[in-house]
Amino acid sequence: MSRRGDWVYENNGGTCVAIAGADYCVVAADTRLSVGYSILTRDHSKICDLADKCVLASSGFQGDIKALHKNLAARELLYQHQHNKRMSCPAMAQLLSNTLYYKRFFPYYAFNVLGGLDSEGKGCVFTYDAVGSYERTGYSAQGTGSTLIMPVLDNQLKSPSPLLLPARDAVTPLSESEAIDLVKDVFASATERDIYTGDKLEIVVINKAGTKREYIELRKD
Amino acid sequence: MTGSMDLPAKGGFDFDLCRRNNMLEKNGLKLPGFLKTGTTIVGLVFQDGVVLGADTRATEGPIVADKNCEKIHFMAPNIYCCGAGTAADTEAVTDMVSSQLQLHRYATGRESRVITALTLLKSHLFRYQGHVSAALVLGGVDCTGPHLHTVYPHGSTDTLPFATMGSGSLAAMSVFESRFKEGLTREEGIELVSDAIRAGIFNDLGSGSNVDVCVITKGKTEYLRNHQLPNPRTYASSKGFSFTKGQTEVLSTKIIPLKQKVEVAEGGDAMEE
Repeated sequence: MSRRGDWVYENNGGTCVAIAGADYCVVAADTRLSVGYSILTRDHSKICDLADKCVLASSGFQGDIKALHKNLAARELLYQHQHNKRMSCPAMAQLLSNTLYYKRFFPYYAFNVLGGLDSEGKGCVFTYDAVGSYERTGYSAQGTGSTLIMPVLDNQLKSPSPLLLPARDAVTPLSESEAIDLVKDVFASATERDIYTGDKLEIVVINKAGTKREYIELRKD
Repeated sequence: MTGSMDLPAKGGFDFDLCRRNNMLEKNGLKLPGFLKTGTTIVGLVFQDGVVLGADTRATEGPIVADKNCEKIHFMAPNIYCCGAGTAADTEAVTDMVSSQLQLHRYATGRESRVITALTLLKSHLFRYQGHVSAALVLGGVDCTGPHLHTVYPHGSTDTLPFATMGSGSLAAMSVFESRFKEGLTREEGIELVSDAIRAGIFNDLGSGSNVDVCVITKGKTEYLRNHQLPNPRTYASSKGFSFTKGQTEVLSTKIIPLKQKVEVAEGGDAMEE
């Protein structure tokens, strides 16, 4: 793989998680930026506030992530000017999918998790692959620690299958503080076993009162 | 390999299966990964002997396989060896040379010398042409004084007053190059080694968890396992996790009772010799 001279991407590591509740959404990501076996910075936010009720967390290649966030923020501003309101989370979800698929043959090396409140005020989480395939779910994890975190979330928050009829609610019945406690513990666990996850955890909570940010320390080794 | 199979192989690896493995890999088989120790290992010579240090993280790619493994291996009561590289290789080669040294002690009736361990290690590694991926920091005190050596996978060695190896070696060496001087005291030596290992733990992703230290002086060796624990778990949920029956969905159940084929007879004679 390293013999070819045309590999233009690099993985800067990190993990993102989002959990949807009945009237809140928790989006969290670690703040470590790394390359190879080195740490570039311990204090880099992977979370971007796109709209007042919509937050995007991305891990992967930071160059592409910066460009993607800038692109979406610009499109959201245009939408605001054209429609005299901010973009809703489901609308942003579709925009992100289209933006990713637009570069289907030279993808954004970004693994995204979009979280926020939908037009009814219920929590929603959208999970993506690198080329724009997306799905609304009750919770998701992306990034280097995702394989360590997803099974725990599956066990604790088990979402009913979206194929069931009548359609069942995907959001978790957990309270906001219980969901935050779960996110903190799950990140502490992922940090123990994933070398690319650690340093600090940034937690963003969106509910009808607004957006709140919290930081907790993670292992720095 | 030529057609002649008269003599059994005298040493080294048998590469007969390489063609088969390449074919399997080309057909999509994923080869098992190796457990590497990522690692920061260091050693320095102080006024009374040598101090060795190591981190305790073992990695398998990006995953931590062991959070508290032992990288400072016993060679002789007066000689210890830190190992970086493939964990199985460092373990195997240090165990092997340790056994050879013990046999040699029985044969000669004397305490082992560090250069003996060095020669045994380097000849073995050279014979295997670098395929045994073991990078070692060997240190000890014998009748000729304190010694510190580094051994590379291909079999070359260096004799140094201070040394670092592993993926965290640059981070550790930056500490040594700033603060090392000849004639350090025991406390200064331990502190410098701990600081160097901590530099590797916090700045190298392949190293982490705790600091192990080993102090070897004439007549006395102290193995300070987990001398420092600078990485406690940062958060543990107070309410814990429950995995109750029913939480994991059971889709279907099928019970197959095993047929008993053996008849158990009570009493009877005890088994004969």
